[in-house]
Amino acid sequence: MSAVVTAGMPRRSITLGRSIVGRIGLLPALLVALVVGMSAIDPQFYGLINILNILRNASLLAIVACGQALVIVAGGFDLSVGAVVALASVVTAKTMAATAAAFPGNTALIIASGAAAGIGCGLAVGLVNGFCVAKLKVSGFVVTLGTMSATAGVGLMITSGIPAYGMPDSFVKGFGRAQLFGLPTAVYAALAVIAAMMFVQRRTLFGRYVYAIGGNVDAAVVSGVSIQRHIVGTYAVSSVLAALTGILLTAQVGSGQASFGGDRMMLQSIAAAVIGGVSLRGGVGRVEIVAISALFLTILGNALNLLHVDSRLQPVFLGVIMVAAVALDELSRRSKARV
Amino acid sequence: MDLDADLKPAEPLLALRGISKRFTGVRALDRVDLDVHAGELHVLFGENGAGKSTLINVVSGTFPPDEGTFHFGGEDIRHLTPQRARSIGISPVFQEFSLVPSLTVEENLFLGREVTRGGILHAREMRKRATALIDELGFDLDPSQRVDDLSRAHQQMTEIAKALLGRVRLLILDEPTASLTERETSRLFELIARLKSQNVGLIYVSHRMREIRALADRVTVLRDGRHIRTLDAATSTDSELVELMTGRKIDLLFPTITHKPDKVMVDVENLTLADGSVRDVNFHARAGEITGVAGLVGCGKSELIRAIYGIEPIVSGTIRIDGLPYDFPAPRRSLRNGVAYFPANRVAEGLALSRPIRENASMTVLDLPAFARFGVLRQAVERTTIQRVMEQLQLRPPNIERTAGALSGGNRQKVMLGRALTRELSVFLFDEPSVGIDVGAKLEVYEFMKRLVEAGAGVIVVSSELPEVLALSNRLYVMHHGRIAAELTGAEKTEQNVLASFFREHLVAEVA
Repeated sequence: MSAVVTAGMPRRSITLGRSIVGRIGLLPALLVALVVGMSAIDPQFYGLINILNILRNASLLAIVACGQALVIVAGGFDLSVGAVVALASVVTAKTMAATAAAFPGNTALIIASGAAAGIGCGLAVGLVNGFCVAKLKVSGFVVTLGTMSATAGVGLMITSGIPAYGMPDSFVKGFGRAQLFGLPTAVYAALAVIAAMMFVQRRTLFGRYVYAIGGNVDAAVVSGVSIQRHIVGTYAVSSVLAALTGILLTAQVGSGQASFGGDRMMLQSIAAAVIGGVSLRGGVGRVEIVAISALFLTILGNALNLLHVDSRLQPVFLGVIMVAAVALDELSRRSKARV
Repeated sequence: MDLDADLKPAEPLLALRGISKRFTGVRALDRVDLDVHAGELHVLFGENGAGKSTLINVVSGTFPPDEGTFHFGGEDIRHLTPQRARSIGISPVFQEFSLVPSLTVEENLFLGREVTRGGILHAREMRKRATALIDELGFDLDPSQRVDDLSRAHQQMTEIAKALLGRVRLLILDEPTASLTERETSRLFELIARLKSQNVGLIYVSHRMREIRALADRVTVLRDGRHIRTLDAATSTDSELVELMTGRKIDLLFPTITHKPDKVMVDVENLTLADGSVRDVNFHARAGEITGVAGLVGCGKSELIRAIYGIEPIVSGTIRIDGLPYDFPAPRRSLRNGVAYFPANRVAEGLALSRPIRENASMTVLDLPAFARFGVLRQAVERTTIQRVMEQLQLRPPNIERTAGALSGGNRQKVMLGRALTRELSVFLFDEPSVGIDVGAKLEVYEFMKRLVEAGAGVIVVSSELPEVLALSNRLYVMHHGRIAAELTGAEKTEQNVLASFFREHLVAEVA
């Protein structure tokens, strides 16, 4: 079928598109075009408040997307990240409130216990995901669909849908809403995560084996790579990063909410990974590109808001761009020759 | 299989003139001419990367040529698609199968041209025609079996049957015997003779001289995407063909290997596998010699060495490596014990095609402290080591950052061999080492084994190609139905004896 379709298309435009993608990458070009275009249309766009807003949101998305990218590179899928963001948020807030009641005034302990509980429940979900995929051989899609549902349910049960308050001021004002050299703390957190993940992907055995497993599981087995451990690892990292995002979001907003993250965050993280060149076939993808793609998606959403595009219409753009990104990836893959 | 009667015998069935095809930067075909007459078997001969695959892909409509003319049955053909090619009677059988693994043989045969009545599948008619076709071909195939349950040989038969369903005027066979046994191969040859007598034209890609001798009417030699010469098969010699193909002289296909059998490196006692593919096998291999394992497809010979390496579950029996008992084999531990395995299917089990050569070659060695400390890779060491190893193996082009998916069969095999040179190893298990690679690359693999053996390593070669195991091995095991049927050394090591041991087993089985 595909051969018929391509044969009918104008050859010239495909070749042109391909050469641009090959030389500088489509994503930076789109990003620049978007920024330049929006700056020309609406001066509000390059206002400081808007820029900080964009950076904050992009940072949160980038952290989740880095984890998602790792899972997809290994050949998996993590649908539970949005629900983990919500669960980590409410667990962190509730734990802080409880610790504050038990040890009033001990801010360090309160914050540490809350953060540990948030990260801990993320890790727990990730380990369950990884265990089911690696040991029970259930597909990642199904497993994380299940844990997404369960995790979201637990989040709602804990809070009954009411935002959880009672966190120390130093956590909210001193950390979540604070700025360092004019930038929100979330930006530094994201940069740290991206740098760490780049290191993991390029310089560690774990990162290399994740590429190998995603590239060809059977070849990895024959090469003596232990598959299960590394698959569990990818899901654990993904969930922990989602939990970290939940904690950052909680600190920023000042309350733990079961409505954080959710399907939207999950979809966006997958979109960011895919647009950022992570192949759904596994074995290909770099987190720094995924981070740029998260920035691009955030700016796109922001632009659509500033242009007063109906919010119900916005997901349509996301969908179109995602499909176009995968289509371009396939096109460039097909044109490669063997030597 | 009806033919246009008005077609003059002098006019070729297929006439290509000046066909060129470029892929991003690489000129895969450069003004190639090809004529195939009805009733002729035309062999395409050339090394990997010579442009054979590209040419048959152009003929079967997978992608259009950049320039050149294409005449089929006297008609000028433009904008050919795979569907159109099939409908005008061009039927390709590719090395990489075009079968849907989750569908049955019959469903695959009719895929895209199902017999329907008012949009509803006509199952009985299809079953009837599938059975008739398989019977006519003499293949041992069950139309209701799922393709992923079949062996590679049976998948190959399905692929051939699929190509012959319907009206065929030009059949393209790309190394069709690569996974067939001798018996199945002779069936295929009979079939080819029948097709020729029915005036079907054939394009046949093969590296095997014996097949070319047995089948070919004419041979077209390609090199570096260019048409070198077309010769009459009857008047050309083997060395002439090989010389034209490689552009240099090759005297002997198999190198002379000096075997110096030393201590027993691999010792297997009463080995039985969980799936019953190997039963009560006693086997040993020494350092300094090549131990061959011959047998038909599915006889358990691959499973035997896979079990030693640790990728087939064992129920009973003992394995000793270098005298030490080796329980519960696993790939990582095998590598640490100095045992390496080279899988038959390099795409399925060997390489991560989306990853660069460097990562693929170093995949088996990263557990060593020289390459990674505390989980952190030492990239400089990795790069220089792999660069050196691939230079040693003469990788062309010598760029280790290319992705493995962009490589030809011969270069892929080199990446696999590269793994052997990255760490200290003493036992090498080769599973069908020369499947899918050309004569030049085969020679390099054989030379590689020669160097290993003469350096004192133990090499085990499992192969369905009898001449190969006969020539390479010092001691040869013959397997049949999961058991060792014979162990041949020295003068006993002949083709007749190997075939006789299959036959003897058959008799024993029939008597029992």
